[in-house]
Amino acid sequence: MPKTSNIGDDSRPRIIVEKVRKTFLLRHTHSLKESVIAAVRKKSLTSSFNALSDVSFEIRPGESVALLGFNGSGKSTLLKLISGVLQPDSGDVFTRGRIAGLIEVGAGFHPDLSGRENIYLNAAILGMNREEIDARFDAIVAFSEIEQFIDTEVKHYSSGMFLRLAFSVAIHTEVDILLVDEILSVGDEPFQQKCLKRIRELHSEGKTLVVVSHDLDMVSDLCERGILIKEGRVAFDGESALAVAQMRS
Amino acid sequence: MTESVSGPDRDFVRPGQGLGLMDVLRRRYLLSLLIRKEVQIRYRGSILGWLWSYVKPAAQFLVFFLALGVFLQLNGSIENYPIYLFSGLIVINLFNEAFGNSTRSLVDNGALIKKIYLPRELFPVSSTIVALVNFLPQLVILIVVCLVIGWDPTIPQLGGTLLGIAIITTLAIGLGMLFGAANVSFRDSQNFVDLIIMVATWASPVLYQWTQVAKIVPDWVFFIYQVNPLTAAVNLLHAGFWYPTTEGRGLLAPNLWLFGLLGLAISLAVLTIGQLVFRRLEGRFAQDL
Repeated sequence: MPKTSNIGDDSRPRIIVEKVRKTFLLRHTHSLKESVIAAVRKKSLTSSFNALSDVSFEIRPGESVALLGFNGSGKSTLLKLISGVLQPDSGDVFTRGRIAGLIEVGAGFHPDLSGRENIYLNAAILGMNREEIDARFDAIVAFSEIEQFIDTEVKHYSSGMFLRLAFSVAIHTEVDILLVDEILSVGDEPFQQKCLKRIRELHSEGKTLVVVSHDLDMVSDLCERGILIKEGRVAFDGESALAVAQMRS
Repeated sequence: MTESVSGPDRDFVRPGQGLGLMDVLRRRYLLSLLIRKEVQIRYRGSILGWLWSYVKPAAQFLVFFLALGVFLQLNGSIENYPIYLFSGLIVINLFNEAFGNSTRSLVDNGALIKKIYLPRELFPVSSTIVALVNFLPQLVILIVVCLVIGWDPTIPQLGGTLLGIAIITTLAIGLGMLFGAANVSFRDSQNFVDLIIMVATWASPVLYQWTQVAKIVPDWVFFIYQVNPLTAAVNLLHAGFWYPTTEGRGLLAPNLWLFGLLGLAISLAVLTIGQLVFRRLEGRFAQDL
């Protein structure tokens, strides 16, 4: 586990995306039998879909970048390539430093475990070790505002409580790069504001942010830079307000 | 978490390209939490809870003992047949559970694999360790029964049982990675594994004695039978638990250590192949799940 670096004058990029292409092979068969039958009938077993083609950019330390685009433009795919969940078909993705994703928070939660157990499990999934979690535990619980239910099984939580806890764990991970995917729609208005505030705090501490959201006003306010993705290609890369304007035009 | 590669400089990593099983060692804390989670939730919501891990092998033991020991009269031909049967049965059950669960582990954890990158080898490894945790109480029962009957094992015999367990776990992780990775794209894999598991119990001397095989099959077939790492492991368990209770009247399989070490070598080879195949297919996991 690489330690987060605190070298302020480091100007090397945090993320390098170089000529990345990602094609999804959609398999039409899900068993050997189906494959054989399809092969015999000379039906195609797969069809391909170009999610990203020739995407290149660099993100420097401390930048906050919005990935913009309509549904299906490939921005979530891009985020998954940066987090390592997906691998590019060609081109390279490099990252430097610790990286954590606020991508579909709560993915690692287990309904039968208590809030406390889930905090430890999820923080460990996001790459923290025991000491780091112990040190942050109280902050995580306080942020989620569910102190009194912390030893209750998560399946008894309301969906709002669940999301608050999940978000709270994710946002307290020790990172250099924070990936945020459409999660600011979490919870009620006050909690959203609190999350935004916390994200701004992380940004002002010099963390690098990459945000995907459909709330264009919020992203153009939160991020300085916007990368507009259209049909899998970079259509614009510059000031976020301009990127949003271009997207709306 | 990720491997340093020839990026722009050595601080850079390619996200999602780890060191495989080595990364599992680095993330021991997460591994321990995953194991604890599985153990905790296993029997949650059931009244008997962990008693089930005793009830199931007990019932299985009883069925085999009645059918084979009493009706087919193996009780008469094999010294201390109950101990013979139980010591083989628990180790083959360990293999079956570890192998079956690790094959399913990737599909079961699909939601997580699709969203967050973590070394995916964690899942087969933790499934196997959970099976090992489940195996321990059965081992304790075996030891207690052996002690009651009069058990006086030598150090090499005890070492042999550890070798047997090492063979089983290594093989289960290796095969689990191999079939688990294939299972992501083709669910035929887990059915195939069920088939292997069914055969495994009978393809090693768990219920009967090796002499009954040696008597009938040609030498070369018996050699293959002995090369099976499961046979080696079962024989080692017999040598450690059953044989010392028979006061030398039991008949041990020949070349125990030779086939034991060969079994370990084969298991390690399977583990290597499993890891290589896993690495090849891993890139597609998040898409195919």
